[in-house]
Amino acid sequence: MDKRAIFGGRLLPYALLLPQVLVTLVFFYWPASQAVWQSFLLQDAFGLATDFVWFDNYVDLFSRADYYRTMATTLAFSTAVTVASLSIALLLAAMADRQLRGGTVYRTLLIWPYAVAPAIAGVLWIFMFQPSLGVLARGLRGIGVDWNPLLNGTHAMTMVVLAAAWKQISYNFLFFLAGLQAIPKSVIEAAAIDGARPFRRFWTIIFPLLSPTAFFLLVVNIVYAFFETLGVIDTMTSGGPGKATETLVYRVFSDGRLGADLGGSAAQSVVLMIIVIALTAVQFRYVERKVTY
Amino acid sequence: MASVTLKDVRKVYAGGVEAVKGVSLDIDDGAFCVLVGPSGCGKSTLLRMVAGLETISGGTVDIGGRVVNAIEPSERDIAMVFQNYALYPHMSVYENMAYGLKNRGTPKAEIEARVGEAARILAIEPFLKRRPRELSGGQRQRVAMGRAIVRKPQVFLFDEPLSNLDAKLRVQMRVEIKRLQRQLGVTSIYVTHDQVEAMTLSDKLVVMSGGQIEQVGTPTDVYRRPATRFVATFIGSPPMNILPGTVAGSGAVSIAGTPVGAADMAAGLRAGTPVEVGLRPEDLHVTEGPEGLPFTVDFVEELGATQLFHGRTGEAELVIQAPTGRIPADAGALRLAIDPAAVHLFDPATGRRVGREAVGMAA
Repeated sequence: MDKRAIFGGRLLPYALLLPQVLVTLVFFYWPASQAVWQSFLLQDAFGLATDFVWFDNYVDLFSRADYYRTMATTLAFSTAVTVASLSIALLLAAMADRQLRGGTVYRTLLIWPYAVAPAIAGVLWIFMFQPSLGVLARGLRGIGVDWNPLLNGTHAMTMVVLAAAWKQISYNFLFFLAGLQAIPKSVIEAAAIDGARPFRRFWTIIFPLLSPTAFFLLVVNIVYAFFETLGVIDTMTSGGPGKATETLVYRVFSDGRLGADLGGSAAQSVVLMIIVIALTAVQFRYVERKVTY
Repeated sequence: MASVTLKDVRKVYAGGVEAVKGVSLDIDDGAFCVLVGPSGCGKSTLLRMVAGLETISGGTVDIGGRVVNAIEPSERDIAMVFQNYALYPHMSVYENMAYGLKNRGTPKAEIEARVGEAARILAIEPFLKRRPRELSGGQRQRVAMGRAIVRKPQVFLFDEPLSNLDAKLRVQMRVEIKRLQRQLGVTSIYVTHDQVEAMTLSDKLVVMSGGQIEQVGTPTDVYRRPATRFVATFIGSPPMNILPGTVAGSGAVSIAGTPVGAADMAAGLRAGTPVEVGLRPEDLHVTEGPEGLPFTVDFVEELGATQLFHGRTGEAELVIQAPTGRIPADAGALRLAIDPAAVHLFDPATGRRVGREAVGMAA
């Protein structure tokens, strides 16, 4: 099929592109370039004087040992969130794809969490994990775990990972389910007749055919874990205890908004942006090759 | 290699719809059995039950002396060719054919040998490294066949494998399937709605309708002695004409007053009994004399070697087939001679064949 459209005039195609270009310019390139500009500036505490300081903000940032710790935390957090949300969603989708009684109800219920705002999700999980009142915390205590995310960094990390992953599972589930349902039934039946048991069938036929979906979700989930988990972390732990759950994006927020270090915060934003762009580029360069479309 | 025996096989879906209503069938080792019928007659469901892709609601399916009702498709030692080929899109042609062997832990050297041999038989050697989407419909069809034959299964199952091909390729692949099956001698069950495919391929033809078997027999048998009116009109192209008739005195049959012979077939029926008279279009010939069935031509269809004359006899519609040029195209009113040996009689109430040549529901 020929997908090219033929336009009579020269103006119309540009006019059609304009809204999209405007949105990208106003909401991405403008703030991004502002951040870059700001990262070269140093402002005094009262905002009365602003100096252009070249790369001083960056030099300062990379000379702080705790910045590397934040990077390590982010890496651990993002990996955990991405792996957990993708694998759990895939498992649920694989189950929902089978013909079950009440399948539609099950599917609808699984989609709901995506409609919950990050802060609300955070609060929900705070309640469940609250050391003295929370349902889950009590259960954990019951089996002998001294659960206390307010003091224990590992516990706090586990909690935010769970909350952040839980939010994203619905989204991943939807895409995985759609991907599974797009696989022709007869291909799976052919594999069954070809002697592949369900587990082998999944890894040799279904998963490879699902790989475009999985790749797309991998990119989306990594971006989600890097940027959009700010709300969850802010409401649940505020980066604590002892900065154990402070990720790069939370640090941008806390240094800039709470610490009023606008130049340093902007420098961090730029670094974060570069990391995510690099990660996405690497994924497209190396992972996408192994994906069959 | 194995025989396949179905005993009173039923399929009832969750909603209570009965798709297959008790089918019993014996397929000999090495036979080519074709299940034919209109869509929704249960033929595909029956095949899928043999494959293990549908649960069996009742009765037993036996492959090579082993009841397979509770056995997974992978353990039934069968191979299936699907209508849409169902090739694995992410694998090369070679991997597609090797997949089943790999799953069974066949040594690598043997996989290579077997895939190589199948590729040679099917003339797909140049495409072994390609992906299915880079192949034409006919080539995909061959790969699907190759995937079935490398496994050397006990039974081949074909689910309308030629319906997605164009007419010319369909004829060519039909011949190839027949040749291949002869060569390999593997018991085959083939589902189709195309009666030409059914006639040409089968050793054993099974005509189905409404979830039941209408008739089982050799293709010639089914064509010459259709057991029911349904079979008579389904097998044969153009379909058999069915005209209302009555048994005249002394057992003879007449259509709207014109005697058509077949006295011995109608023997035993009382005079005045209504019957349905079946006449194949190619069995009707124009006669010069004043005797015979009156026939008014409405229009002519050209088939090249033959012509089809559509028209009426009295109130009933009638089609006759004749070699091109035998009947002038502008012929208006004609008379048709009827050979008593070519007359089929059916009971209007049950649709069953009437008379001495009636055959039972041979299973």
